[in-house]
Amino acid sequence: MSHSRFDDPDKLVDTDRGFVSREIFVDPDLYKEELEKVFTRAWLFIGHESLIPKPGDFYTTRMGEESVILCRDKQGIVHAFLNSCRHRGMKVCRYESGNTSLFTCPYHSWTYTTDGKLQGVPHFRTLYEGLDREANSLVSVAKLAIYKGTIWATWDKDAPDFITYLGDAKIHLDQALDCRDGRSGGSEVIGVHKWIFPANWKFAAENFLGDTYHNPSHRSVDLIGIGPSAAAGKKGRRDDELEKAQHVWISFPEGHGVHSAIQPEENEYIESFLDNPVLEQYFRHCFEERKRRLGEQARLLPFVGTIFPNTSYHGRQPRGLCAWHPHSPTSTEGWRFFLVDADAPQEAKDYLRRYYMRYSGPAGMTEQDDMENWLYATAASMGTVARRYPFNYQQSLGAWTKDHHLGGTVSLQITEEIARGYYARWKSYLRGAAWDELLGVGGNLPQRAAE
Amino acid sequence: MAAVLETNAPSPTGSAGLHRTDAYYRLRADIEEFLYSEAELLDERRFRDWLTLLTDDISYFMPIRRNVKFGQHGERENTRTGIGISWFDEDKWTLTKRVDQILTGVHFAEEPLSRVCHMVSNVQIKKVLPSLDDPREVEARCRFLIYQNRVEYETYTFVGKRTDVLRMTDDGWKIARREIILDQNVLLAKNLSVFF
Repeated sequence: MSHSRFDDPDKLVDTDRGFVSREIFVDPDLYKEELEKVFTRAWLFIGHESLIPKPGDFYTTRMGEESVILCRDKQGIVHAFLNSCRHRGMKVCRYESGNTSLFTCPYHSWTYTTDGKLQGVPHFRTLYEGLDREANSLVSVAKLAIYKGTIWATWDKDAPDFITYLGDAKIHLDQALDCRDGRSGGSEVIGVHKWIFPANWKFAAENFLGDTYHNPSHRSVDLIGIGPSAAAGKKGRRDDELEKAQHVWISFPEGHGVHSAIQPEENEYIESFLDNPVLEQYFRHCFEERKRRLGEQARLLPFVGTIFPNTSYHGRQPRGLCAWHPHSPTSTEGWRFFLVDADAPQEAKDYLRRYYMRYSGPAGMTEQDDMENWLYATAASMGTVARRYPFNYQQSLGAWTKDHHLGGTVSLQITEEIARGYYARWKSYLRGAAWDELLGVGGNLPQRAAE
Repeated sequence: MAAVLETNAPSPTGSAGLHRTDAYYRLRADIEEFLYSEAELLDERRFRDWLTLLTDDISYFMPIRRNVKFGQHGERENTRTGIGISWFDEDKWTLTKRVDQILTGVHFAEEPLSRVCHMVSNVQIKKVLPSLDDPREVEARCRFLIYQNRVEYETYTFVGKRTDVLRMTDDGWKIARREIILDQNVLLAKNLSVFF
């Protein structure tokens, strides 16, 4: 940690006693270290296959602070490249999406093919004798993975494969990505929100780790009712599918965290989507089909989760994936990709998109209140005096078990154990730890038994 | 190179086919007055009263705007009403929920309430049905500049165009359709908690 005034990450994050320094949410040096040590190594969510279905399709995405082109080449192979010309750095693509056979740099007209290779260099013969085109391809990510339609990438050639990286969080992410009737995968993106908010990116990531404790900040929507049965008279912001379920809060050694729920053994359908009889029928059908397909496993339902470091999901109501892109220590660009089953009836898709819009993002009645919290929590943590006082992360300290069929560190009550696990892993990245430690192999997380 | 930007927007010359008669100028003044008094209600935070200016079948729509290649603007720049995700694509029920939420007093994104100032300008009458002499439904276009200041230092400026369809009722003009074209791509605000 030579270029930081914080030479000992243990002083910033003390998960045994439950304290995290405010510095990690506001300090510019630590922020730079995150960009170098977290965002160049961890697997990052960069898009979805439904955004680039055809050869030549591209979608401009981000990794950390940097613009990245996600592109399906002429052979149909998916690539991701740094969106910056090798000659003088100009962005070679400033469109959000489209279809092309070449990316042409506006500055000096170097051109690149859809597989990132340098093709055209003006006056090549007279000015660039011996130029190694291969070495001047667009800078490619080190690894790219497509998982149930979602696309992920890392800049670290030594990173483990994506499934290994997911670890036991996989089955929870699956619940967000699989069809409502239990078939594997099959989602499509129906739209993307992009917005800037003045807060540290980790507030958003942590919010989705399973911070169920922040529920009171959504009191206004719960009072008025905006869920899929609100017009039928139900209060709350979603249907109460989990009213009889055992909620579980799980911290995984890779730093991921989820809040999921296990339905009782009889796993009976709970009425939902009461605003519309067609949808009620459809989701009832999906429930029965899923139960038939998955059997005992159908009892697991998702709520929210964060895949380390900055990808979050909402599993059912609403349903989508977020990427929290860092802009500065105190500014974040949120991207939310809204998901539906690609083959869902049009009426279901139409209802869902309306529900998603009133719930989510900067125009969403629920999430507006999240943004307010993140902004003022960041702002009030910047002061000289404020920084002396770490945040308290002592909630449900020690109340967990590792003896659970879902793996990881499982809590059966609302807990900050997930956040503690996340920041313990964040600390490993900042120390530049080897992948064994980053994956939690060898038990770097606390080993205490549940009390 | 002669090229034409293809867009879905109405002809920029505006009000084509509408003769500049006294009836036209009276109607435009009437519509301007309506839009100003609507802005006044919002700025005075009389949200329930504002809802009464909306028809029961109102469509309230703000697309997300995308960076697209030259020549594709008409087809791809803006998201469409009725398809996929926009910033707003909603009805009176949802707008009423938004008002209800603010009036709970615990919608923290608007508690304490923002200070908001709506400026409306460049009002153009685009279409009148059935006629200028008997205007029952009017399509009016305008520019807006909405200033929002919250708590101490938070300030946002929303600038863009609006196309409204106004319908004459027994209670005067009401808004039957509102399309809000915000001139931003990535939203440069943490929230859209103001009405447009």
